Amino acid sequence: MPTLTINGKDVTVPDGVNVLQACELAGFEIPRFCYHERLSVAGNCRMCLVEMERAPKPIASCHMPAQDGMTIWTDSEKTRKARRGVMEFLLINHPLDCPICDQGGECDLQDQAMAYGFDRSRFTENKRAVPEKEMGPLIKTIMTRCIHCTRCIRFAAEVAGVESIGALYRGEHMEISTLEKAIDSELSGNLVDICPVGALTSLPYAFAARPWELRKTPSVDVMDAVGSNIRVDTRGRDVMRVLPRLHEDINEEWIHDKTRHACDGLGRQRLDRPYVRNDKGRLEEATWDEAFQAIAGALKGKKGQKIAALAGDLCDAESMLALKDLMRGLGSANTDCRQDGAKVDAACRAGYLFNTSIAGIEDADACLLVGTNPRAEAAMINARLRKRFLRGDFRVGVIGEPVDLTYEVEHLGAGPETLKELADGKGAFAEVLKSAEKPMVIVGMGALSRPDGAAVLHHARRLAETYGMVGDGWNGFNVLHTAAARVGGLDLGFLPGEGGRDTTGILDGAEKGELDFVYLLGADEFDIGRLGKAFVVYQGHHGDAGAHRADVILPGAAYTEKNATYVNTEGRVQLGRLAANPPGDAREDWAILRALSDHVGKKPLPYDNLGEVRQKLIEAATTFAAVDQVPEAGWGEFGQAGETDSAPFGLPITNFYMTDPISRNSETMARCTEAFVLPKQKATGTHG
Amino acid sequence: MALQDKDRIFTNLYGQFDWKLAGARKRGVWSGTKQMIEMGRDGVLQRIKDSELRGRGGAGFPAGMKWSFMPKDDPRPSYLVVNADESEPGTCKDREIMRYDPHRLLEGCLVAGFAMGAQACYIYIRGEFWLEAEHLQHAIDEAYEAGLIGKNACKSGYDYDIYLHRGAGAYICGEETALLESLEGKKGMPRLKPPFPAQVGLYGCPTTVNNVETIAVAPEILRRGVEWWTGIGRPKNTGTKVFCISGHVNKPCNVEEAMSIPLKELIERHAGGVRGGWDNLLAVIPGGSSVPCIPKPTCDSILMDFDALKEAQTGLGTAAVIVMDKSTDIVAAIARLSLFYMHESCGQCTPCREGTGWMWRVLTRMIEGRAEIEEIDKLWDVTKEVEGHTICALGDAAAWPVQGLIRHFRPELERRIVDYKRTHGKAAVSLAAE
Amino acid sequence: MSVTTHPKVTTFPEPASGDFAFTKESQAQAEKHLAKYPEHHKASAVVPLLWIAQRQLGGYLTTEAIEYVAKVLEMAPIRVHEVATFYSMFNHQPVGKHFIQVCRTTPCWLRGADELARTAKEKLGVDAGEVTEDGLFSVREVECLGACCNAPMVQINDDYYEDLTSERLSQIIDDLRAGKEVPVGSQIGRVGSEQEGGPHVLTEISETGHASYPFGSGEDVEPEEVRKAREEAAQDDGQAGDTSGKGGGS
Repeated sequence: MPTLTINGKDVTVPDGVNVLQACELAGFEIPRFCYHERLSVAGNCRMCLVEMERAPKPIASCHMPAQDGMTIWTDSEKTRKARRGVMEFLLINHPLDCPICDQGGECDLQDQAMAYGFDRSRFTENKRAVPEKEMGPLIKTIMTRCIHCTRCIRFAAEVAGVESIGALYRGEHMEISTLEKAIDSELSGNLVDICPVGALTSLPYAFAARPWELRKTPSVDVMDAVGSNIRVDTRGRDVMRVLPRLHEDINEEWIHDKTRHACDGLGRQRLDRPYVRNDKGRLEEATWDEAFQAIAGALKGKKGQKIAALAGDLCDAESMLALKDLMRGLGSANTDCRQDGAKVDAACRAGYLFNTSIAGIEDADACLLVGTNPRAEAAMINARLRKRFLRGDFRVGVIGEPVDLTYEVEHLGAGPETLKELADGKGAFAEVLKSAEKPMVIVGMGALSRPDGAAVLHHARRLAETYGMVGDGWNGFNVLHTAAARVGGLDLGFLPGEGGRDTTGILDGAEKGELDFVYLLGADEFDIGRLGKAFVVYQGHHGDAGAHRADVILPGAAYTEKNATYVNTEGRVQLGRLAANPPGDAREDWAILRALSDHVGKKPLPYDNLGEVRQKLIEAATTFAAVDQVPEAGWGEFGQAGETDSAPFGLPITNFYMTDPISRNSETMARCTEAFVLPKQKATGTHG
Repeated sequence: MALQDKDRIFTNLYGQFDWKLAGARKRGVWSGTKQMIEMGRDGVLQRIKDSELRGRGGAGFPAGMKWSFMPKDDPRPSYLVVNADESEPGTCKDREIMRYDPHRLLEGCLVAGFAMGAQACYIYIRGEFWLEAEHLQHAIDEAYEAGLIGKNACKSGYDYDIYLHRGAGAYICGEETALLESLEGKKGMPRLKPPFPAQVGLYGCPTTVNNVETIAVAPEILRRGVEWWTGIGRPKNTGTKVFCISGHVNKPCNVEEAMSIPLKELIERHAGGVRGGWDNLLAVIPGGSSVPCIPKPTCDSILMDFDALKEAQTGLGTAAVIVMDKSTDIVAAIARLSLFYMHESCGQCTPCREGTGWMWRVLTRMIEGRAEIEEIDKLWDVTKEVEGHTICALGDAAAWPVQGLIRHFRPELERRIVDYKRTHGKAAVSLAAE
Repeated sequence: MSVTTHPKVTTFPEPASGDFAFTKESQAQAEKHLAKYPEHHKASAVVPLLWIAQRQLGGYLTTEAIEYVAKVLEMAPIRVHEVATFYSMFNHQPVGKHFIQVCRTTPCWLRGADELARTAKEKLGVDAGEVTEDGLFSVREVECLGACCNAPMVQINDDYYEDLTSERLSQIIDDLRAGKEVPVGSQIGRVGSEQEGGPHVLTEISETGHASYPFGSGEDVEPEEVRKAREEAAQDDGQAGDTSGKGGGS
């Protein structure tokens, strides 16, 4: 714990911090452009120069380790002169086109020029102009504005793990370049955030809004089961953009491109009023009352066994609870939130959670991936794995389809056989797991959402036990979900009740005519053709697969349009917030179900406001009471011993950019698919 | 008293004799090398420290101290890297050593490498030196064959490899950390310090980077004795030095002379004097382009060594003496240097990337006088904003020649500006600046 | 304030058509270079390999060649492009068979470098960076080539031509065009960087070194320091004052 004197004030700072951090801790702001806490230190902008006693020249505070006895001056004449000089140099070739720059209003250069710059230019030569660069469908470049801080190069190489950005040429001719290729990384959108000037800006958001016109709502993402913290920026009813919000334990300060850019799908193909299928078989606009009457008519006299409900991947916990309560009220036990047929059950909470926690990955010293491609399924978790990998001494084994994860992996095998062998303590990777102090395994939906999933889960549990992955203060067993709704659904028991049918049972039943009525709560990701002749109600926000098949459509709210609870794959309860009202007649989902309950069943649902629903949620599962916490889940029995199929584990996601109704309706995601996914599919010919 | 031939180290500086192994051996190279190694690591180190040998690459850092920074008992391999990226304008001494006396360098590589506990040596030679690289590679091959380097070098029991690495045209690679980056296969962009190369150098291992001449003279210091070396020059400025005398002299040449020789004597005795006589002298850049120029009055009495030149607000640098007579357009001469630094700035850090171009552009206008009087102060300010604010010393090197110009030739700059205004009218200046 | 582009607009070089691969000779050379660097530091060979590629292509690099080198060295292509565009000796456009690089930095400039550049360009009718129609010549002005005591000078391909005058350079161009052999190095008969007309120092030494030089024989003789240490040690009655004194003579 070194003690420094900063501007005459003694401060003791933690070991390993640099002078810049020490100054911040002491309460002195240090301007900077190239320095970024999560990237390696480049020290090239020279903005953070400070005066250090006994040093002949001002030092770059971002790079100098804080040492005992240092005397630092952050506001001396020497420091101020150095900053003023650097600021002047940064501005001489900067176009100063702030009025037409999308970074305007949230630009580091603009802010710091205000604080440290001259009020006029002494530069009378011609300014430099730099040709624009092609960086793909997400990033717009205005390279004349670039101040060569190299944050983008470092971000791509370090965090995103793609070495595709560099600086060509030298001296004042130096140019950032991707060799005119799109940046093929699911994290590329973060480049816009880390660019301190307007050189890299968001292409889909170009000239769309000014930051001061936007209302900013903190919320959580539902594009995967990670629950990245986001900020939703809206103007009126439109979501203009989604930005990351700092959460050290989840997404740090990054988000992936689907989280960021799928938001334009919120404005397309929206269900904004109820529809009822008429006698001619066409969907016709209806009032809420007509729609509820139609549903009540369809349910009339139906026994509970003939009724079923499926909850989709984007559902919030409140609406799932309401639907479950409604179904139980109708006497139906046929409810399931696992539309992909994943063989996880609620028997033991630790059996379906990412127990290590995302931040916990950094403590692990070996990792086994089973039937998962975290890069597509949970890009933020993959980024954390890479972060851990970069620190060294972290071997990663893969059972399943080999994919490029941006870090080195050892491919051990393709399917359950390899897993079983390893669980028996045999195989090449056994030594690695045995010698590791904190080994972890991540089991993905590619391994669990298959008929033998329960047996696979059983072996995965066995493996965790074989290698002592579960013990005091460490649980290395992890299930990686892909659906934002899944853990919430499991927690509150949106599963088959006593004698009830699961997803497979429901679809089989509907196909065979054993079910007459199926309620789809935002459920689109299954074979809709198998619903047979059943009367289908679709409640959701997009005119996707489920809505096309529906007999009654109830327009719900998307994740940015409701105050709702989600539980991420770690079991962390988080609250999404309403950023904009749902379009047209659409309503918050639990409220729709509450209103419907007035028309069907014996008695209405026992809650009239959000507070009351949440109270019921906590009654259903106490874990809902602890927001943003990851309580330890007790270890126990889960999975089922049984035969396994030798088929290799598949991957649940083939196109990262389109996984749900929102992203499927996003123009930006369509462009990304065109730029990144289709060429690869063509090249391999597997999906052609 | 001027240096005598018997005290000259580089006896084949002019290429009169055979540069290959046989010839080198005749001139005493590779003699007693084994015994030098038998002095032990500390023995060699102490002698180099005692000799007060200072680096010949420009900064003049004491070589023995630099070598002693190399950690002992470090599990990592360590390296000696020889900086043969001689690119400082005015400097052409290492070239002569490498093409006409390469074995002297190789012997130095072995002895110096041994003193710092290195396992291998990379000689980083500038890409343009094709012939020099050929000679050096030939010498390396000869030395391996003769068992002078490689396994059990000189039968000393010490294993030591020497590799030649060619650059590809970048002055900045003469900066030691940029050189290491380049050697690792990256752009030659200087690293942030600390850590210094002795802790984290080539491939993350302890490394010392030294100039060709520094390394090449080391064996001779051991061979002839520290006292011989310290008997030449002044305290802290000991030994011999190869001076490069270029520009407006009657007979430009390289010459090995005693450190601390008076500049005037150097030019008159060895370079045939200034063109048109001493009184026709305008200014001298005494240590390669990176040091400020000094006007004639200073040249009259100045001694050519680290400390004397520092006192005169300039530096010995690489001891490359660029002589300019009264016919010189001094503004254009310095503008050329500014162009050089703009061209060679790596672009990594802001002040140098932006400042070098700015200085050159202003100076280019000042050649004609197409500027405002206040711009002289602005230019001075810009040099001060670059100086000391950059990652490496290139920023300083770019700033100093311009500072030297303003310090000593301000009236000339002012005269041109006034003249330009007189001939072109006042408005012309600001228009022309567009 | 007006905005203009650079004198040279730096855009990424257009990929030339055709694939690139090392010839057998190039491959052999490349392997020699690769052997110099530790196993996990293959990237060190990037500059040598780019050199080989440039030579194979007759003086310039194509995108294909750069990416081929990246593949050989298992480097990301962008990293090799960075290197290839950073160093000034890698060309990205074809150059003439005789690639004349005129040193323009102050020491040469003081002695007439401008004249040389003008002569070359006017004589060949090309501007900097252009190739003559017959493909024989191209000219470029470059920064200090490190032969300042033999200024002014030019480099043509690998070789230095020093102590030039406009007339001599003009003659050299004519001779090269005519396919005649041109002596490299000083054009006024200097061997190296000695004074014009012959060395004025180092005159007291012969091929075998100094007359009075104690180690002229090339034999493994005892260095002065070693001898002194040994004698001192003997005087101190066997007390080794310095470990380095050990093993000196005897």
